[in-house]
Amino acid sequence: MSAAPQMPQQQSLYYFVPQMVEKGTTLLKRMEISVAEAEKRTGKNAVSMQETYTVYLIETRAVDAASEGANPAPDSLWRRYSEFELLRNYLLVTYPFVVVPPLPEKRAEFVWHKLSADNMDPDFVERRRVGLENFLLRVASHPVLSNDNIFYSFLTQEQSWKEVVFETGFQAKADSRLKALNATFRVKNPDKRFAEMKHYGDELQSVISQLLRVRARVADRLYGVYKVHGNYGRVFSEWSAIEKEMGDGLQSAGHHMDAYAASVDDILEEEEHYADQLKEYLFYTEALRAVCRKHELCQFELEMAAQDLTSKKQQREELATGTVRTFSLKGMTSKLFGQETPEQREAKLKTLETQIEDGEEMVKEKNAECEEFVKNAWVDIERFKEQKDRDLKEALISYAIMQISMCKKGIQVWSNAKECFSKM
Amino acid sequence: MSAGTPKSLPSSGQKSIQEVCHPLSAEEPVLPPSPDGGSTTTTKDLSLPNGNAVDTSSPASSSSLLNRLQLDDDLDGETRDLFVTVDDPKKHVSTMETYITYRVSTKTTRTEFDLPEYSVRRRYQDFDWLRNKLEDSQPTHLIPPLPEKFVMKGVVDRFSEEFVETRRKALDKFLKRVADHPVLSFNEHFNVFLSAKDLNKRQGLALLSKMGESVKYVTGGYKLRLRPVEFAAMGDYLDVFTQKLGTIDRIAQRIIKEQSEYLVELREYGPVYSSWASSEEEALQEPLDGVAGCVANCCSALEEQTEDMSEDFLPVLREYILYIESMKNVLKKRDQVQAEYEAKLEAVAFREDKKTPVPTDVEKCQDRVECFNADLKADWDRWQNNKRQDFRQLLTGMADKNIQYYEKCLAAWESLIPLLQDKQEAKVETN
Repeated sequence: MSAAPQMPQQQSLYYFVPQMVEKGTTLLKRMEISVAEAEKRTGKNAVSMQETYTVYLIETRAVDAASEGANPAPDSLWRRYSEFELLRNYLLVTYPFVVVPPLPEKRAEFVWHKLSADNMDPDFVERRRVGLENFLLRVASHPVLSNDNIFYSFLTQEQSWKEVVFETGFQAKADSRLKALNATFRVKNPDKRFAEMKHYGDELQSVISQLLRVRARVADRLYGVYKVHGNYGRVFSEWSAIEKEMGDGLQSAGHHMDAYAASVDDILEEEEHYADQLKEYLFYTEALRAVCRKHELCQFELEMAAQDLTSKKQQREELATGTVRTFSLKGMTSKLFGQETPEQREAKLKTLETQIEDGEEMVKEKNAECEEFVKNAWVDIERFKEQKDRDLKEALISYAIMQISMCKKGIQVWSNAKECFSKM
Repeated sequence: MSAGTPKSLPSSGQKSIQEVCHPLSAEEPVLPPSPDGGSTTTTKDLSLPNGNAVDTSSPASSSSLLNRLQLDDDLDGETRDLFVTVDDPKKHVSTMETYITYRVSTKTTRTEFDLPEYSVRRRYQDFDWLRNKLEDSQPTHLIPPLPEKFVMKGVVDRFSEEFVETRRKALDKFLKRVADHPVLSFNEHFNVFLSAKDLNKRQGLALLSKMGESVKYVTGGYKLRLRPVEFAAMGDYLDVFTQKLGTIDRIAQRIIKEQSEYLVELREYGPVYSSWASSEEEALQEPLDGVAGCVANCCSALEEQTEDMSEDFLPVLREYILYIESMKNVLKKRDQVQAEYEAKLEAVAFREDKKTPVPTDVEKCQDRVECFNADLKADWDRWQNNKRQDFRQLLTGMADKNIQYYEKCLAAWESLIPLLQDKQEAKVETN
């Protein structure tokens, strides 16, 4: 079984999240996970229409079993992409303070023209398989997410996993988009760090998108350059037919030109891997922004609760002293319809007192929630930042290595051709 | 192959130049093609292209033997006695026009020249004049090509260093080929071109009329019965060859176009990494800036390579295509001469009295045919040799340029790796 290419290394030991498993032990330390295969299936969908879809084979095996040299067969089950999506949505709602790893893209984007944009294309399916495996490994190595039971069942429970997920009622806990948007606009004092992170997330998304777009165009053009050289192969061959001494040199040089033209296919296929690494972080920005938005929501609710408490206290004051400082409908109506009786006022005061007590409780709660969220979220954001710096640097190094390899191949081919020419 | 200074035919029309056997020339002078026009440097002293001093003593002397051996491997026992170089381009600006002149330096021991050394300035027009004169006065020979006359203004800068240098190399090659030709090098117009301070074209015209009976060939009107196999083969070869060259020219142009478009995208690609770097902290900022730098380096390397292809590769290809055109014309002329002879012969065959000797004009025609065929055959072999060398040089040059391009890119990327990996290792240690 192979681990995903970008397996991040667990180095730092400062993760501490209460109630969770002791630091340093994530699921991945105890279990080997891989997405071994992909297959096409056909079946009837929800509206009883025939559809073709791809399923992925998830294999798991306990680490100690393998190390004992026994090498038992792995457990396995098949999952569809939509089930991965369901798992991820569950994680997003259940752990809003975590930057949840993204799934590989649903549809091929940023394609350069020779690459297929078809979801059923075997190369796309293969890259998606790798991406899904990467997703599982990321989750399994996360200090918080890896301990989730639903995740564990996803990996091990073939039957009725969906029902189990729905039973958690996570969908009800999801914040409505509208609520979140509202909070973003109206929150007064969000934590500065989160505001900066959100801004960074936006910038990163923009720049990686641009990079992927231009890279696809560069790939397109490079393909053209290499392929045109193939024409040399043909014409040299034709020319060599009318030559005597020059013929052999020309003919062999032509073969090298053909090889040169053919070499670009492998080069660009390798580069797709680099593009996938960039895409992962492009999608990560969405998760980062989600955490920031959740903070804004928490903060907003706290501010609302505090505001509510303040206004209630003010009302109490007014009622107690008889002065009307603020406009209220009750005040107006009492003016119009006559003052309240002392008994009525007493009743109102009592209600307000209760409300104020509740309000203070609420503010305390919301405050604690907010603080807790900020603390946990910031821990995960720091973890994410380090992971991102490490991974992207690795990606850049491997990109440079790819370029070096391409240059070396180029030198080789042209040196071969040069030798043939010099023998003409 | 033998250049064949033709043994004088009994009643050949052209004789004056060929019959003079130069004291320094060997029995069968075989003149090697000048290997590389661009690598010669002017020397003040009499010296060979490879820098050795010229030995003007008899061919049998040991030093001249050494000199011969040190020259091109095609050299086949002949000591050169005429050396020509084109260099030192200079711009001339006048109210009417701006143009470039080149210095043409000559060193020779030939008695046809009044002085042993000459240094004159010539412009492209003058070279063009010379070639036209050679074509007119030596119609049985293949005249080497000149670089293209017309260049599209706005597309190519006629005064750029690169363009001028490309032209200079081609002009140098042209004169060297003429100088190495056993017949053309003795041409009167060539002499004037090399020696006259001011090339007065009228002078050339006067010379032409002085030459006496100029050989005029009738064009058209005669139908060739059977083209000899070897000349038919030449024609076929030239047809196919010109076609292939045309294809190669088109491919090269296409490659240049694709590379230019690739360059446009690359130029946009690098800066995106820089812009990304500006929103990152040090850990990622340096690698990203590093990548941007590498891409920029690759851009300049590619730009250079594309320019070289445009300036060095394409012009030589086109030169050959023009050359072949003029060669095909020579072949046509040969056909005409033969046709004329055959027609005249046929006419004579029908006369009644078979005992009277063949009239002189038919004899003259026969001589012309034989002369032409001999000249052409010799020049053909020389041309094949030159062609092989030229294309070997051209194509290895192209391969070289590509190798250099990749080497530059490789250097850029390789220098990035240690920069990135050091930091990575340092980080692991501090953790």
